[in-house]
Amino acid sequence: MGLTKKDFTLLIIVAILCVFAPFILNPFPEGSAMAQFNAGYPDLMQRLVIFGIFAIGFNILFGLTGYLSFGHAAFLGVGSYAAIWMMKLLTMNVIPAIIISVLVAGLFSLLVGWISLRRSGIYFSILTLAFAQMSYSLAYSVLTPITGGETGLQPKVNDPRILDGVLAAGETPRANLFGLQMNQSYEMAVGNWVFTFNAGYYLAAIVMLIAFYISIRIFRSPFGMMLRAVKSNQQRLNYTGLNAKPYTLAAFVISGMYAGLAGGLLVAMDTQVGAERMFWTASGEVVLMTILGGAGTLIGPVLGAGFIKYMENIVSKINKSILEQWFAFMPDGIEDLLITLVYPFIGKGWHLTLGILFMLVVIFLPGGLVEGGQRIGRLFKRKKPADDKPDGKTTPAE
Amino acid sequence: MDAIILQILNGLDKGSAYALIALGLTLIFGTLGVVNFAHGALFMIGAFCAVTLSRILTLSHTVIDETQKDFLGNPLKVEVPYIYDIFGQTTGDVIIDWAVPLSILFAIPVMVGIGFAMERGLIKHFYKRPHADQILVTFGLAIVLQEIIKYFYGANPIPTPAPDAFRGSFDFGAMLGFDPNTIIYPYWRLVYFAFAAVIIGAVFAFLQFTTFGMVVRAGMADRETVGLLGINIDKRFTIMFGIAAAVAGLAGVMYTPINSPNYHMGMDFLVLSFVVVVVGGMGSLSGAVLAGFLLGILESFASMAIVLETLPGINQIIIYLVAIIILLTRPRGLMGRKGVMEE
Repeated sequence: MGLTKKDFTLLIIVAILCVFAPFILNPFPEGSAMAQFNAGYPDLMQRLVIFGIFAIGFNILFGLTGYLSFGHAAFLGVGSYAAIWMMKLLTMNVIPAIIISVLVAGLFSLLVGWISLRRSGIYFSILTLAFAQMSYSLAYSVLTPITGGETGLQPKVNDPRILDGVLAAGETPRANLFGLQMNQSYEMAVGNWVFTFNAGYYLAAIVMLIAFYISIRIFRSPFGMMLRAVKSNQQRLNYTGLNAKPYTLAAFVISGMYAGLAGGLLVAMDTQVGAERMFWTASGEVVLMTILGGAGTLIGPVLGAGFIKYMENIVSKINKSILEQWFAFMPDGIEDLLITLVYPFIGKGWHLTLGILFMLVVIFLPGGLVEGGQRIGRLFKRKKPADDKPDGKTTPAE
Repeated sequence: MDAIILQILNGLDKGSAYALIALGLTLIFGTLGVVNFAHGALFMIGAFCAVTLSRILTLSHTVIDETQKDFLGNPLKVEVPYIYDIFGQTTGDVIIDWAVPLSILFAIPVMVGIGFAMERGLIKHFYKRPHADQILVTFGLAIVLQEIIKYFYGANPIPTPAPDAFRGSFDFGAMLGFDPNTIIYPYWRLVYFAFAAVIIGAVFAFLQFTTFGMVVRAGMADRETVGLLGINIDKRFTIMFGIAAAVAGLAGVMYTPINSPNYHMGMDFLVLSFVVVVVGGMGSLSGAVLAGFLLGILESFASMAIVLETLPGINQIIIYLVAIIILLTRPRGLMGRKGVMEE
C-alpha cells in the first residue's frame, strides 16, 4: 500500500482498535458501579471516530504547515448542511450525502482559504475566525430558509427524496446504506457484559481508516515535505524560488474536506443539524483535540479527539451521589473534604478539567499526549537497552 | 438626521467597550509581544468584581424589630445589611445604590493583582515560544477562568443595576432641536462613554507625559536597547500588563448595568475585540481605540431597519466583513506600524 513497515503497523493497530472498539470500550459488566465508564454505546463510538476524522484533517493543516485556523467548524457545519439537503432531496442513502458534503466543504474552504491565506500568523487565525463567525451568524439569521435557523434541519416524511420510493404509512425516513440502517445494532451478551455492534459506527470507522491512510500518505509524500518546509521557514522557501501559496491552499482545502466529511458523517448518524456546531467554540474544540493529542504526529489527533469526546461524555455524567459512593469507605470528615475538592472538576465542571489539562499540555508537553507517551517509552528504554522494539503507537511523524 | 445621531449614540457604548478591551490587548501585545486570548476573561472578571462588591455590601444579618409586627402579632424579623450598622440606614442605602461605581475602587487592586499573577506565573514563560503557543495557553486559561466564575456564580446572568440617579434616559432630541422623544438615550450609556474616554485619555497621558511611560514606549520600540541602557524593562512591562488587566476589568465593571454579566460574556467580546485590534493595526494604541469606536458605530448603523431591509442579516456580519476587507486591502490595519507582526 506504499507504506513503510512502521506506518503499516500503525495503521493495522488503529484498524484493530476500531474493529474491537465495542469490546475495548466496554470493559465493565452491565449494572456494576463502574458501568458508567463504559463508552461502548453507538452514539459515543460514532462521535469518537467522526471527531477523529475532523482532527486528522485539522492536523494536516496545523500540524504540517503551522497555520492555526480558528474557523474549521464552519466547514464541518457546511458539510452537515449539504449532507442533510441530499437526504431531503435525493435519497436517505448516506453515500451521496457524504460525497456531496466533502465536495461542498471543499469548495467553501477553497474560497475561505484563498482569501485567508494571503496573511499568516495571528492574522490568518483572525480571518478564519471571522469567516466562521460570519457563517454561524448567517446560518442563524438570513439563511434560515436553507439552514432552518434555530430549529435546525431534519429529514421530514413529506420531503421529495426523488430516488427513494414512497414511504409506507407511519414509516419515518432513516439514514441507510443500501438498506442497511445506520442505527441498526447487534447486541451480544457475554455473561454480564453487553457488547453493541452498530452499523453506523462501523461505516464511520471504515471511513476513518481510509482518512487515516490518506493522511499517512500525505505526511510521507513530497507534498507533505513541502508543507513542513512552509512551517519551518517560509521565507527560505520563497528564496529558493517556490511559491508556498498553492501548497498551503491545497493543505487548507484538504483539511476543509476532512471537516466536511466529518460533518457529513455526523448527519449520516443522527440525521439532524443545527447552526451551533459552527460556533467558534466548536472550532476551538478541534484545536484542543489536535494539540492535546499531539500536533504534527499521525496518531495524536485521533487520540486527542477520542480522549476529549470520551471525557466529555463520561466525566460530565459523574455527579455528587456517585462521588459519595466512591469515597464511602473513608472516614466521614475526609470523605466530605475529598468530595468538595473533586466536585468542581466533574459533572458540569468538566470544562474546567479540560481547560487545566489543556494548559498543562501546552506548557509542559508541547508535543501532546504522543510526546508524553514517548517520554515514558524512553524512560523504560533506558532501563532495558536490549529491548528496542519500536512502539507503533508513539511513533512521531517528525 | 435624528436617526443617524441615534445610531451614532447607540454605537458609542458598544464601541467604548470594544475600544477599552482592544486598548488593553494592544498594550499587552505592544509591550510583551504576547497575543492574550484571556483578555476577554479579564473583562468578565471585572464585571464579576461589581457583582461581588454589591453582594458584599448587601450581606445581612437578621434582627428582631420590635416596632413592626407580623400578622400573628409577633415581632418581625428583618434582614439588616451590615452596612447599616456601620454607616446608618440612609448612608448605607446610598452606598448599596452606588455599588457599581464603587466597584471601580474595588476592581483596580483586584485586576492589577490578577494581571501581575498572570504575567509572572504564566505568560512570562511564553515570550520565547511561538505565537500559536501563546494563543493556545491563554485560550486554555480563558476557559479555566470562565469555568471558575461559573462554578461560584452560576451560569445565569446576574442583573446588577446602575445607581438610581442614572436609571432614566436623556432626551437628546429636545436638546438638539428635534422633536422630543426621537433621540432618547439612557444616562448610564453616556456615563459609560465618558468613563471610557477618561480611561483612554488617562492611559495615553500616562504613556505620553510620564517618565515611566516614556521608558515603556522606548521599550515597545526597541526592547533590547532599553535593556542595554541598564533599565529593568521586564518589570515595567509587568506593570503595563497589570494596567492592561485593570483597563479590561474596569470596562467590565461599568458594563454590568448595560448587560447583566454571565460567565461567557468575556468570550463574546474577545472575538470581536480581536477583530477590532486587527482592523486598527496590531500594536497601534490609537488604531485600537479608533477601530473600536468605528466598528461599534458601524454595527449599530447596520442594525437600522432601512439597512436591514436592503441587506438582511448585515448587522450580524458587518464587523467581520469590514475586518476581511481591511485585512486584504490594508494588511497593516488602519494605523498599524511597519514591522509589527508582519512576517
